[in-house]
Amino acid sequence: MQDLDSFLHGLLAESGDTPDRLLQHLIAVQKQYSHIPYDAIQVLSERLGIPPVQIYSVIEYYAFLHRNPRGKYDIRFSDNITDRMLGNRLLMQGMCKKLAVEPGIPRDDGKVTIEMTSCTGLCDQGPALLVNGIAVSKLTEMRIHKMVGLIEAGVPVGKWPGKFFIVEDNIQRRDMLLNKRLIKGSALESLLVKGADAILNDLDESGLRGRGGAGFKAGTKWRLCRDAAADEHYVVCNADEGEPGTFKDRVLLNSYADSVFEGMTLCGGIVGARKGFLYLRGEYLYLLKTLENTLQERRDANLLGNNILGQEGFDFDIEIHLGAGAYVCGEESALIESLEGKRGIPRKRPPFPVTSGYMQKPTVVNNVETLLAAARIAVYGGDWFRSAGTPESTGTKLFSISGDCERPGVYEYPFGVTIRQVLEDCGALDTQAVQLSGAAGFTIPPQEFYRQIAFEDVPSGGSLMVFNRQRDLLKMVLNFTRFFCHESCGFCTPCRIGGRLMNDLVEKVMVGYATSYDIHELKKIGRVLQKSAHCGLGTTAPNAVLDTLQKFPGTYSRRLVNKSYEPAFNLDKALEVSRQLTGRDDEEAHLRLGN
Amino acid sequence: MVAQMSNIQQRNQGRKDKLIVATAPLCGCFGCHMSLLDIDERIFELVELVEFDRTPVTDIKTIGKCDIGLIEGGVANAHNVHDLREFRANCDTLVAVGSCAVTGGIPAMRNQFDLKECLEEAYIHGIGVENPHVPNDVEIPLLLDKVHPIHEVVRVDYFLPGCPPSADTFWQFLTDVAAGNEVSFPYSLIHYD
Ligand SMILES: Cc1cc2nc3c(=O)[nH]c(=O)nc-3n(C[C@H](O)[C@H](O)[C@H](O)COP(=O)(O)O)c2cc1C
Ligand code: SF4
Ligand code: SF4
Repeated sequence: MQDLDSFLHGLLAESGDTPDRLLQHLIAVQKQYSHIPYDAIQVLSERLGIPPVQIYSVIEYYAFLHRNPRGKYDIRFSDNITDRMLGNRLLMQGMCKKLAVEPGIPRDDGKVTIEMTSCTGLCDQGPALLVNGIAVSKLTEMRIHKMVGLIEAGVPVGKWPGKFFIVEDNIQRRDMLLNKRLIKGSALESLLVKGADAILNDLDESGLRGRGGAGFKAGTKWRLCRDAAADEHYVVCNADEGEPGTFKDRVLLNSYADSVFEGMTLCGGIVGARKGFLYLRGEYLYLLKTLENTLQERRDANLLGNNILGQEGFDFDIEIHLGAGAYVCGEESALIESLEGKRGIPRKRPPFPVTSGYMQKPTVVNNVETLLAAARIAVYGGDWFRSAGTPESTGTKLFSISGDCERPGVYEYPFGVTIRQVLEDCGALDTQAVQLSGAAGFTIPPQEFYRQIAFEDVPSGGSLMVFNRQRDLLKMVLNFTRFFCHESCGFCTPCRIGGRLMNDLVEKVMVGYATSYDIHELKKIGRVLQKSAHCGLGTTAPNAVLDTLQKFPGTYSRRLVNKSYEPAFNLDKALEVSRQLTGRDDEEAHLRLGN
Repeated sequence: MVAQMSNIQQRNQGRKDKLIVATAPLCGCFGCHMSLLDIDERIFELVELVEFDRTPVTDIKTIGKCDIGLIEGGVANAHNVHDLREFRANCDTLVAVGSCAVTGGIPAMRNQFDLKECLEEAYIHGIGVENPHVPNDVEIPLLLDKVHPIHEVVRVDYFLPGCPPSADTFWQFLTDVAAGNEVSFPYSLIHYD
């Protein structure tokens, strides 16, 4: 392996030694050395002018960065509820056993580490895992068995069978966006012909709202950014897609990346930005190469770079930044912090990114799908777009569908489609509940399947997980509360502590120790989070608990003990160590259960 | 915090007889009890308002029906569990007093180690230990494997933070409750920087 010094010098020389490079450099070091060696921290500290403690704090923050060496094969099983429903736990246990390794601890010979990670966005073809950052789909016992063989034989991941790494698009339903191909460069030509104001008017007319969840009008956002006076403006494409159960951006980046870049460039031309970033979640590392190639093709075609399409002064280029396993970095201000190389702690808002974003400059942050739609609107017009959908939710929307259905995958529907229609189309039978918009979203019972997916009724960032009647919904809830505990950035107390308390209480319900008093506490803490957490992660974290408490009360009540209070643990068992050490077994050496 | 008080508030409004109060030290340092005594001469006023049931202050060892139980300390052993359960069963309002009762506090620092490690360090490998063995007299309560804040073992109605809560905090709390008022602390009493 290359010696650390020359590796770092190469890295610093090639991609810069400004402080904002920190995270990207750390990701590169992690990849090369399977951890961030102490000496690397010293060098980076000196060259980037960042104190070592600050570098430690960045390493601690991101789940994919480590101060201690990981195994040569670093394996992370995706742990979304959909992976669980497909049996990921057993597969992981089996793999651990075969390789004689404890979860989270590198094997003594340094060969392998195995652990769980948050949803990797392959819910339609799970269970999934990442090996050295690269996604492996459709895990079976057979596949695990083969992987174990390859690992023990020391075969590099690059030489593993290609079929392990096939990630299918799984597009099950196309509508106006996916049906209409965009000729490379046509949106930019349209900009040059019609002018920025006309395109902004098209966007306004189209009614396009952000596809990342909040639904802010894209035209308004671009206009606000353009009108904010500053020497630099930036465009950011939010490809962090960390919401459990969501994977439609994965498909767009795999097969429609050119349109996404076109949308970014269009935005750059309108708001006067010279630089754009695609923030790609670390879990989608396997897409990086094709994305880089697509960028290069666009540079070669004069659709990126200087004087785009021969237009004097139309300069714009795009850089891809990787994330490193932090869901909250999908929140736009945390994402900007992360782009600046720091920990992804959400900023105070206002000021909003449109006036003070990347490097405190006006910045448009848009979801992948928003940018793709914007490029099409620039070519086909606002009327074309608003011909589908509802008055407040125009156009079509991509949905990631997974869970208990025959045909999981990506579905494009006009806004306003009913949940029942979606369930019919994807072949969901005997459905108990639908989780709309991911872990942060809404739990919908059958009596509400008539509802329409639209900002006027139930809004959706584009994910729909299906649970049939055989499923225990509390397992879903617990999966989500664990997710939020794990992903909380820890900045504010309601989320850091409240999220943990809620998780512990749900666990207490699960093991059958909870009383109605605990349910009361759950509701109370949930309301505190909704009201007082600093960012959207914390305010939405209690949703699944509160929704299921309200709409599926039986999920909880049948597990409650009929007492005013019961501890979450077995008190008599808590004396076991003492009994053994003292050899006592008298009456005083036991505690009866309950109060 | 205050919502739980409404029953007792209602009952105490216009009440002539005294409020019955019990206190117990579980696994703490007695500092919270000392702080209660720091109300100094106000204790004469206090006994006009409240009557003490079981408490180390009066040395009464058994508990009867009480309005308020004040608990200092975390739950570290089987006796603590018994005492705490007895208080819960007999007190209308149970109050966690001080960091140890509220969070586990100082005694919970042992939670970072296995109980076995702790006991062996104290009774077997420690410097100057004679006749090394873990004491097993039935009179000595067995330790729980971890120390818990009291709300993890019984339902708790009210929390008085501080290590210890100041004498003025106790005073404010007890006089407010005795008067049937909603308990409310000025910022200075619950501010610790
Ligand atoms: C915890 C959290 C995670 C988020 N994750 C994403 C994400 O992965 N992708 C995304 O586009 N928006 C995400 N958002 C929303 C962004 O903050 C922002 O609203 C969005 O990127 C704006 O783009 P749009 O207007 O095109 O939707 C997230 C928000 C929060 C609070
Ligand atoms: S709500 Fe959670 S994720 Fe958001 S700032 Fe607070 S601690 Fe961080
Ligand atoms: S809270 Fe402080 S004063 Fe009270 S028992 Fe614990 S250590 Fe002692």
